[in-house]
Amino acid sequence: MWLTRPFYERSTQLFLGILFAALLVVTVLHVALPEGHPLHVTSYTVTLFGKYLCYALLAVAVDLVWGYLGILSLGHGAFFALGGYAMGMYLMRQIGDRGTYGDPILPDFMVFLNWQELPWYWLGFDMAWFAFIMVLLAPGLLALVFGFLAFRSRVTGVYLSIITQALTFALMLAFFRNEMGFGGNNGLTDFKDILGFNLRTDATRLGLFLATGVALAIGYVVCRAIVTSKLGRVSVACRDAEARTRFLGYRVERVQLFVFVVSAMLAGVAGALYVPQVGIINPSEFSPIFSIEIVVWVALGGRATLYGAVIGAILVNYAKTVFTGVMPDAWLFALGALFVLVTVFLPQGIAGLLKSRHTAKEAAA
Amino acid sequence: MSITRLLTSLLFVIAMAFTPLAAAQQEDPGVALLNDLATASPREVEAAIKAIANSGDERARSWLEAFGSNRLSIIKDSGKIVVVLNNRGRDWTIADALTSENLGEISRRKLDRININNAMRRQLEGTLAMLDLYADNPDLQAQAGKDLLGKVDEALVEPLTEFLAQDRPRAVTNRVEQALAIYRVEQLGDIEAVDVLAGSLHSRARAALNSAVTSDDPALAGKARIALESVEQKLKLNRAAETLYFGLSLGSVLVLAAIGLAITFGVMGVINMAHGELIMLGAYTTWGMQQLLPGQPGLALILSIPAGFLVAALAGVAIERSVIQFLKGRPLETLLATFGISLILQQLVRTVISPLNRTVITPEWMSGSLIINDALSLTLNRLYVLAFALLVFAALMLIMRKTRLGLEVRAVTQNRAMARSMGIRATRVDVMTFALGSGVAGLAGVALSQLTNVGPNLGQNYIIDSFMVVVFGGVGNLWGTLVAGLTLGTLNQLLEPWAGAVLAKIVVLVFIILFIQKRPRGLFPQKGRAAEG
Repeated sequence: MWLTRPFYERSTQLFLGILFAALLVVTVLHVALPEGHPLHVTSYTVTLFGKYLCYALLAVAVDLVWGYLGILSLGHGAFFALGGYAMGMYLMRQIGDRGTYGDPILPDFMVFLNWQELPWYWLGFDMAWFAFIMVLLAPGLLALVFGFLAFRSRVTGVYLSIITQALTFALMLAFFRNEMGFGGNNGLTDFKDILGFNLRTDATRLGLFLATGVALAIGYVVCRAIVTSKLGRVSVACRDAEARTRFLGYRVERVQLFVFVVSAMLAGVAGALYVPQVGIINPSEFSPIFSIEIVVWVALGGRATLYGAVIGAILVNYAKTVFTGVMPDAWLFALGALFVLVTVFLPQGIAGLLKSRHTAKEAAA
Repeated sequence: MSITRLLTSLLFVIAMAFTPLAAAQQEDPGVALLNDLATASPREVEAAIKAIANSGDERARSWLEAFGSNRLSIIKDSGKIVVVLNNRGRDWTIADALTSENLGEISRRKLDRININNAMRRQLEGTLAMLDLYADNPDLQAQAGKDLLGKVDEALVEPLTEFLAQDRPRAVTNRVEQALAIYRVEQLGDIEAVDVLAGSLHSRARAALNSAVTSDDPALAGKARIALESVEQKLKLNRAAETLYFGLSLGSVLVLAAIGLAITFGVMGVINMAHGELIMLGAYTTWGMQQLLPGQPGLALILSIPAGFLVAALAGVAIERSVIQFLKGRPLETLLATFGISLILQQLVRTVISPLNRTVITPEWMSGSLIINDALSLTLNRLYVLAFALLVFAALMLIMRKTRLGLEVRAVTQNRAMARSMGIRATRVDVMTFALGSGVAGLAGVALSQLTNVGPNLGQNYIIDSFMVVVFGGVGNLWGTLVAGLTLGTLNQLLEPWAGAVLAKIVVLVFIILFIQKRPRGLFPQKGRAAEG
């Protein structure tokens, strides 16, 4: 079966092995070691790692479209944020009457804005299964409509990049509006629990971290399965010679649409896992700069490798944590320099470095 | 008598004898005029005011104003008439009514106020307005005419009619006619006067018509209703003109921001995400110039035009040489690298100058507005920016069409290898073109500094809009950029009244996204071989 094929690949085995080993090590260090032990992983750090893994999944989604389809999406933050908002709406409804105003149905910000009843698009979000479906459906539908229009009229290359950026920018402006019913500027926050588990307990946090790890593993395998399938090979063909692929009789726009929608859904899942861990979702996730940052994670890690995207996302975000803690002013300098250096000197990314060493060794042997 | 007192009076006498002014005081007709006013019984005041007004004395206005505001007083001891400058506390500051010389403070008990009642004050207002109407200063005349609207009473009708009989500037007589018409409609229910009001857009005239609509006289009410409708019609037209003006103004800003991009992205095909930051550099150059030349904001602004161009152009050359030339033919990578540069430039400004907005002063000749009529006035700074945008556009058009550089640019973009084999130094052309596009971004920054806040985020706010304008207009087409910018600006302004500023922007963005799906090559697509890039 096509979905199991990746398990026979060495790179996937290696990736999954390292990922699960890392999950295991963090869990053991967190649970088994007492607090104050030098190797103890605090619950704060567990959540931080969970955040990195969300970003890694998001980066894998971007790498799928950029690396294997040749579409540089500068709007993947929008799909990430939509998934996040779907999850956030569920978490808001879970608060129930424990909010500041104690309204059993309306979230606090709606009471504050004097809304009388829940808008129709909030209905159903009190049920977990509905919310989780929406996590996939909301970004997927947006990608479907947007992609259908864009690919059908053969908008590609830089044009597509710029209109994806405009898309996320327009969504950001829209979500900033209070009238939209998504909490405006402040977004959704003050979450209490998820599926009945208190979000503030260490066990829930560890659970979310592990769930993110598993989601990343599944996302990676799905992407691997897609890119090694026939569809994946056609998509690479689209990337390298779109016109030729079309002349060979392939429906290029269908391939593009399929891959684009899958990627958007993966980004939505990443957003949904991100929100309960950081405890807030607001329109800044839609900002064009965030979307473009994702691209640089992938560029640093190496395009069209998937594992490179994971490495890039974790490295850059770790650097961001360190920098913003030590000298916040320098972070944007470092990020800017990273953009320039990676594109000019490291077009293949870190994965490219690893590969070239590997091939050099083989050549020597 | 003490010695000091003797000395003071002696000095006073000497001063009196030697000051020519003091000699003139003897014959000053003002003394008689003011004394008449001061001693007049309530019935004679009217005549006294008229006498002053008709005297032609240039101080007449200030006297009457002082009289109207209860500040004309007599010093009890000397009988001298003074103007009270400050009537707070026990001691009042006074000045000589004739010479305006400050006489210091005096106890208020020593002053005798020349009283005025409300009837006199009303008469005075009219007289003052008449005085201004006859003044030599046209601004004063216009203002007086405007002030008269709704203030005309019985007493003023006669002098105003007399004024109209004379040959006076049309703008002033129009006002006076309207003022008289308001009086006639409101007080006398004069149907004829409604016609005059139908031509006025002033809110006071509209109020008079509104009250006439509800009058008991059906003929008057009917006529007023028709007049009111025509006024509303005209107002609507003016409002439309205002929206159009704001739209064009916003559009001109978009054109300015995008036109440099139309060169670098449209003609050269280089995606420069740092374009917004080049605009920001231009704006900061203006600010820097004003810091260098304090007190001369106008001169600094004019000098900023070449300076802003140079600064941005140099920055552009640095970007091109250090990064973009290595990424030729890899547009997506260029996009990322230049985005990195934009982050660095933003943070540089934050660290070196300040994360806060800087204030750029608007020179006097650019502030204020051009008043077309009562309902429509155009802010001057926007008018200047609109003109500047068109000027920059024309200059760019000339460069691209008529100069050797323009020819070479077009040759290189159409067929690089062929152009090089014809002896064109393609690399040099690249640098020059990029410098030109960047310099124009700097010019946009200079202009924008007059309209918006100058801060580190200035460029970020325009980058997406600029790309939208270029893509909407059709890549590689300067005319397209102009049309697209003005269209999008006007569209935005048209939507704003019923959608709000943010929603209007979203609607415009969505419109462009849909438009690009329909016509991927923009409004004016390139045709022929150049299109198959």
